[in-house]
Amino acid sequence: MFFSESRIKEIEEIKKRYPEGRHKSALLPVLHLAQADHSWLSVDLMDEVARLLKLEPIEVYEVASFYTMFHLKPVGKYVIEVCRTGPCCNVGAEELIHHMEDKLGIRIGETTSDGLFTLKTVECLAACGTGPVLQIGPEYHYHENLTPEKFDQLISELRAKA
Amino acid sequence: MGKKILLEHVDVPGIQTLEVYRKMGGYQAVEKALKSMNPDEVVEEVKKSGLRGRGGAGFPTGMKWSFLDKKSDKPRYLVCNADESEPGTFKDRYLMQRIPHMLIEGMICSSFALGARTSYIYVRGEMMYVIRILEKAIAEAYAAGLLGKNILGSDYSLDLYVQPGGGAYICGEETALLESLEGKRGNPRNKPPFPAVWGLYGCPTVVNNVETIADVPWIINHGGDAYAAIGIGKSTGTKLISACGNIKKPGVYEIELGVPVEEFIYSDEYCGGITEGRKLKAVVAGGSSVPILPADLILTTANNEKRLMTYESLSDGGFVSGTMLGSGGFIVFDDRQCIVRNLWNFSRFYHHESCGQCSPCREGTGWMEKVLHRIEHGHGKMSDIDLLVDVAKKIEGKTICPLGEAAAWPVASAIRHFRAEFEEHVRNPDSCLKKHLHREAALAH
Ligand SMILES: Cc1cc2nc3c(=O)[nH]c(=O)nc-3n(C[C@H](O)[C@H](O)[C@H](O)COP(=O)(O)O)c2cc1C
Repeated sequence: MFFSESRIKEIEEIKKRYPEGRHKSALLPVLHLAQADHSWLSVDLMDEVARLLKLEPIEVYEVASFYTMFHLKPVGKYVIEVCRTGPCCNVGAEELIHHMEDKLGIRIGETTSDGLFTLKTVECLAACGTGPVLQIGPEYHYHENLTPEKFDQLISELRAKA
Repeated sequence: MGKKILLEHVDVPGIQTLEVYRKMGGYQAVEKALKSMNPDEVVEEVKKSGLRGRGGAGFPTGMKWSFLDKKSDKPRYLVCNADESEPGTFKDRYLMQRIPHMLIEGMICSSFALGARTSYIYVRGEMMYVIRILEKAIAEAYAAGLLGKNILGSDYSLDLYVQPGGGAYICGEETALLESLEGKRGNPRNKPPFPAVWGLYGCPTVVNNVETIADVPWIINHGGDAYAAIGIGKSTGTKLISACGNIKKPGVYEIELGVPVEEFIYSDEYCGGITEGRKLKAVVAGGSSVPILPADLILTTANNEKRLMTYESLSDGGFVSGTMLGSGGFIVFDDRQCIVRNLWNFSRFYHHESCGQCSPCREGTGWMEKVLHRIEHGHGKMSDIDLLVDVAKKIEGKTICPLGEAAAWPVASAIRHFRAEFEEHVRNPDSCLKKHLHREAALAH
């Protein structure tokens, strides 16, 4: 069972947003729900999405692999996605990213050995006036105006919560 | 203080809620349009207003609406472009987060004008919390009879939905957005046919930016002529500018089009000047895709006229000495910033975001990134500089969508205005202003 009964109901509701026969439009919203429930999109999970939406599996794979928000490999409990684009770099993002790597003892793209944190860089998050910025799924809250100190505190809070 | 059309009530406590929004005069435009105007009259007011698309291209909105194929018996769609991913641009996020009902009111009025019965707001997936804010506001609007069947007792009905993206800058391009909304990869379509004829599900469709749509209620309430009276010449009305970089007060500002650039950068009403008393080096005035200008050319045109925040003044001088208003993403660089490093960063962005459909863009953006990487990291050759110009030229105009131009213009303009800095990087790599930051593994992809 990949989805709870209430999720299945939610997916049926989403399909109603589109005209008759256009249920493929539900693919992105449903992939977001699938990832929120399972943290990443395995082939089995994508096959289940295909079955629910009456699509060919390839239609799901080709979409999931196009969009950078979808994780096609296992990730840590918290995926930390930090912006690396120009305006954030004007205000210290590069220095911050180095600090984040040192603090967690991993490089960009890696997961800590306790499985808690995955570190990723992403492109512009539309928070250029409050950079440096990062977000953490599945809620995708923004953490803005970051400093090394604020990052350390965030990590302590997440560790305590885990 | 300039005229405020969008942000007048942004600081009113509770303005996110329907109750407060209505108390401040919200949804009057829906009443007026549905009860006392016909759709063509709404289109006419928008035409008169001179409103131009706020997503970047600045195309006249009323004209775009009049291209919609109304003879077709297919359903018509209005799709709001809330993909906002152009580096430097963060105005739509601000507007949706702070005054969600303004966008919803604009969607109702605009859908009515276009005869759409179902409309979508396509929001980039990263803004999940904005999606929740919009969904809550939409639920309030349904409960109040402002959405759904027979809105406010009229014979007009509309359903409005929010659609999440999945992380892809290209989906801001309107036809890629429509593909994405159909549940596909975001590959832009060949045009023509344009969306006005063949859009969502092959039906006549209008795609408009968040800010464009949010301007419509004011135009309905006050009339197109009143809107056209604000601003200068063909730059009518107000514009949201998201200002960032090395300024004292980064943020979203609503300006009357026509404010001098110098005033925008230095006055306390707006950016408040450069941080730590540093000197202004350069500005990217309309999102990362538009040409970068050095301090002297952003403040005054080549003819020594004061540069103004208007479509026309910013583009004065064409690509030789001008730039564009674009999306209003205003990025300020102080004298500590390295133009080469920033350009390498932007080139990496465009390479990362190219959908890969057209080879000039797919290959060219990667090539530019590589060459800039080697110049920035001390392995460049003098001939690399002209090589970059050449590659940029060979992308421009040769792709299905304008992401090619968006990637090429920053390269061409940075070299045009800052060639000496590129040459200095080749001759003396240690001179790079941000040399101490290099740590290749960290930022490689
Ligand atoms: C690569 C690329 C990205 C774009 N991103 C956006 C965007 O995020 N938001 C937007 O409104 N327009 C974006 N546009 C422009 C849209 O294609 C389209 O012109 C716009 O949504 C039309 O709305 P408007 O007339 O109200 O400006 C982008 C264009 C390109 C080529």
